[in-house]
Amino acid sequence: MTQFNPINWKTHPPYIHPPYRSTAKRGPLKKLLPLPQKLSELTGPVFGADTVNELDSDLTRNARVNGEPIGERIIVVGKLLDESGNAIPNALLEVWQANACGRYIHKVDQHDAPLDPNFTGCGRVLTDANGEYRFTTIKPGAYPWGNHENAWRPAHIHFSVFGTNFLQRLVTQMYFPGDPLMSLDPIFNGLPDENGKKRLVSDYAHDITTPEWALGYRFNIVVNGPKETPFETKEA
Amino acid sequence: MSQFEQSPSQTIGPFFRNALIEMTANQNNLINENTAGQKIIITGLVLDGNSQPITDSMVEIWQADANGYFNHPADPNRAKADPAFSGHGRSEAVNGGRYTFTTIKPGIIPGTVTPYINLRVFARGMLIHAISRIYFSDEAENDNDEVLNSVPAERRHTLVAQLDPAEPIPTYRFDLNMQGENETVFFNP
Repeated sequence: MTQFNPINWKTHPPYIHPPYRSTAKRGPLKKLLPLPQKLSELTGPVFGADTVNELDSDLTRNARVNGEPIGERIIVVGKLLDESGNAIPNALLEVWQANACGRYIHKVDQHDAPLDPNFTGCGRVLTDANGEYRFTTIKPGAYPWGNHENAWRPAHIHFSVFGTNFLQRLVTQMYFPGDPLMSLDPIFNGLPDENGKKRLVSDYAHDITTPEWALGYRFNIVVNGPKETPFETKEA
Repeated sequence: MSQFEQSPSQTIGPFFRNALIEMTANQNNLINENTAGQKIIITGLVLDGNSQPITDSMVEIWQADANGYFNHPADPNRAKADPAFSGHGRSEAVNGGRYTFTTIKPGIIPGTVTPYINLRVFARGMLIHAISRIYFSDEAENDNDEVLNSVPAERRHTLVAQLDPAEPIPTYRFDLNMQGENETVFFNP
């Protein structure tokens, strides 16, 4: 079977990153052991068109109770690719985020900022035949957290990504360009390399910005690709 | 050289529940009345380095059907896979750090010798998920499994779910110890 590139640990964060205090007791300390890539690693859940409905990808409409959610309306688009640049169609993306004030609907979030009765900040979308996705939402606010004195998370949208197999599973966060809180954030700074950090910052996309309606952002996502074997063709 | 570099992981954080658990019903029950195979329950705690439950964690599993087939295009036996079984499950471990799955005992995947389930754990405080496997204590062929045998003997038990004989439905206990003396074996496939 086609083998896939392993997790690139030069790009992904380590399990233990002391400035993010909760990592100390939660990440494995022993060395990860090798696992051969067999059928169980090279398969994964398959999602059909019935997995999502139209409203799932419009967070400004999917939780309305008595009006529109408050905040800056945005459109987020992007492409899901593997490392060889192959588009990944029919992949499920799940997103969740704080509201415009920096408050999550989650009951554990006790940040003293208002909930929005018309916004849950939860959505889902399948990539299309070209690996592209698009959803509409409200720009999330920054919020404080207890990691250290005056700790604030930069505005972000959580992404959960299913690729085509078990190895491509990814949970990550999309940030917004120019946010001064990124350089102060131990979660963002858990990333070991500057280029990796850049890949989690969306681009403002004027071609997506819709007149009189919403600003656009573009966020492409890259997951493990097949191992490339450059000499295979010559040998064949 | 790859043209594109992997997008790095970030933590799932504490607030995933509404999107990942509530938007899709019954993700920790993989079976319905048409699913073939022996119904089983797998349950356990996700524990941190102080043996405290991680109450904002999530476990995902991926497994073959009762005959060892996957409903996925990469499986040459896909046409024979059970249409009433997706193979994917997800359980929050929010209540006391306990996750639970109702599923079927997987069959033996062609080319392997004993059944197992692939697993991932996500949590606040983990910048990237961890990958492991669940084997079953009542399987004699575990001793001949390539992956189990690649694990140091003193750590092998961390990958084996223990059948609880007291339960009417076969129930396997499988705790995930993120650290400590019994740290679960995690893999880098």
